[in-house]
Amino acid sequence: MSDTSIPVLPDGLVIVVKRECETCRMVVPVISQLRESGANVTLYVQDDPAFPDGLNAIADTDLSVSWHHDIETVPTVIRVANGRELERTVGWRRDEWERVAETPGLGPELPAFRPGCGSMSVDPDLVDQLRVRFAGSKLGARRVEVADLEDEFEAMFDRGWTDGLPVVPPTEQRVMRMLEGTSRQPSEMVAIVPPDLVEVTIEKIAINAVMAGCKPEYLPWVIAGVEAVCNDTFNIHGVLATTMPVGPVIICSGPGTRAIGMNSGMNVFGQGNRANLTIGRAIQLVIRNVGGGRPGEVDRATHGNPGKISFCFAEDEVGSPWTSLATSRGVAANIDALTVFPGEGPRCVVDQLARDPESLTNTFAACLRTLHNPKAVLAFDVIVVMGPEHARVYADAGWDRERVLQELHARLEIPGEDLVRGAHGIAEGVPERLRAMTLPKFRPGGILLVHAGGGAGLFSAIIGGWANGEVGSQPVTREVRR
Amino acid sequence: MSSKSKNTTVLLDPTNERRVATMERVGRPESLRGLTVGLLDISKARGDVFIDRLEERLSALGADVRRYKKPTFTKPAPVDLRHEIATQCQVVIEALAD
Repeated sequence: MSDTSIPVLPDGLVIVVKRECETCRMVVPVISQLRESGANVTLYVQDDPAFPDGLNAIADTDLSVSWHHDIETVPTVIRVANGRELERTVGWRRDEWERVAETPGLGPELPAFRPGCGSMSVDPDLVDQLRVRFAGSKLGARRVEVADLEDEFEAMFDRGWTDGLPVVPPTEQRVMRMLEGTSRQPSEMVAIVPPDLVEVTIEKIAINAVMAGCKPEYLPWVIAGVEAVCNDTFNIHGVLATTMPVGPVIICSGPGTRAIGMNSGMNVFGQGNRANLTIGRAIQLVIRNVGGGRPGEVDRATHGNPGKISFCFAEDEVGSPWTSLATSRGVAANIDALTVFPGEGPRCVVDQLARDPESLTNTFAACLRTLHNPKAVLAFDVIVVMGPEHARVYADAGWDRERVLQELHARLEIPGEDLVRGAHGIAEGVPERLRAMTLPKFRPGGILLVHAGGGAGLFSAIIGGWANGEVGSQPVTREVRR
Repeated sequence: MSSKSKNTTVLLDPTNERRVATMERVGRPESLRGLTVGLLDISKARGDVFIDRLEERLSALGADVRRYKKPTFTKPAPVDLRHEIATQCQVVIEALAD
């Protein structure tokens, strides 16, 4: 159980020490000197109530006083009047102690300065327990007890909480630690999650982030991802419910991707990177657990794709010859942001011979032409994930992002006679009345260009989209708030 | 990481904690004659072919048929449309194509 009542500090001088700390042992004569000079000293000790000998210290062995009054170092000296802290000093500095205690001539036999030790209330081995004990009651989620004889991992499978892989048990300690990753309040409502149209709070996102295996520093990215998919523009309801094999593809941008160790390089879509895999997974677990979006229920995918467990990666901005995807979508440089796209699995574009941009662009156009169906036009967007060796061909020729996109679009204007129903022996196609027209494979802005992948290999990837525009899903870009 | 002082692990519920309220279905009518039957087209290709035929058959049975259409099959029916159907019809048929 938690106890969030804050102990009031008594007026006068409050000093917090522990026996294990050499500096605390050194200042014992100073504490005696203060008492003898008539100062009203209240002494708290964190580890051994018998310390210091004969000075009647009050035990703070549950660390309640230390936790609630933010003691990070021992010794700490605080001057209190009318129950309010006026000033404090930490460690031993004679002039600081004399100022805070308003008493001259302290510890004349001691050195002028000696640093203190870490407070037990910030001990990494204890801090998670303390956070639950003293701040835990701010969490509102229902508590689910798992009996000792029950396997907690099996219990979570039985309750339908997982995506088919084991999840990390969301204990209060782990969730409280996860919440340290954001300054936002646990009770803050973030979005309304389809298909059940349920309000989701920061706390519920944190619980699912724990289960996905996230670190606290990933949490702001998970929150931004939930915000980005749960709106009418991205339309996660349709992305979930469709029989097509798509799920949210999450492209992360900005210096924060490097700070949390995301992968934008070798094996960028693959296994092995915790941040990439768990951020995408956490967003999908929120859709499943909070929104109620489960395969076979509202999720009606004919095949699905493995990326529906998690499909999240970072742009390689440092090695890119171009501005980032996020910048091209209106985010200021060096701001963390993510873009969500309703995508299927990636497929490889191979061209190992092209050394000029025209030839390489012809390859991309020919591959893109077949997306979903060679006769499907305008209905689907696409991400082109350009590998560094392909991007270099464009960089050497001086083609910027806009030029690459413009040349691609220009090569994907298709005569209607190739697209009408029945043409080339294929029933699929556009209505006969469009025969005389030339139609673009992609709508303007329908190709999203991203630079990512390993440094070796003349390969790129394309990720096909889902029904675009107002009737389907549009890519959404959100800044990441801490 | 579980509490060592007890024999149980306490987990925080990751779900929406909602129990779905049980909704009683209206009883099946003996006959459709004279009843208003709503046909909701979800806007998928060729769904109208199926619904046209349904309308023919239901009208022949004496039902008063009304047609409705969702703006897009990818999103839930707007609440106003749901209300309109609920207030105008005694029976509704929603056709899903695929």
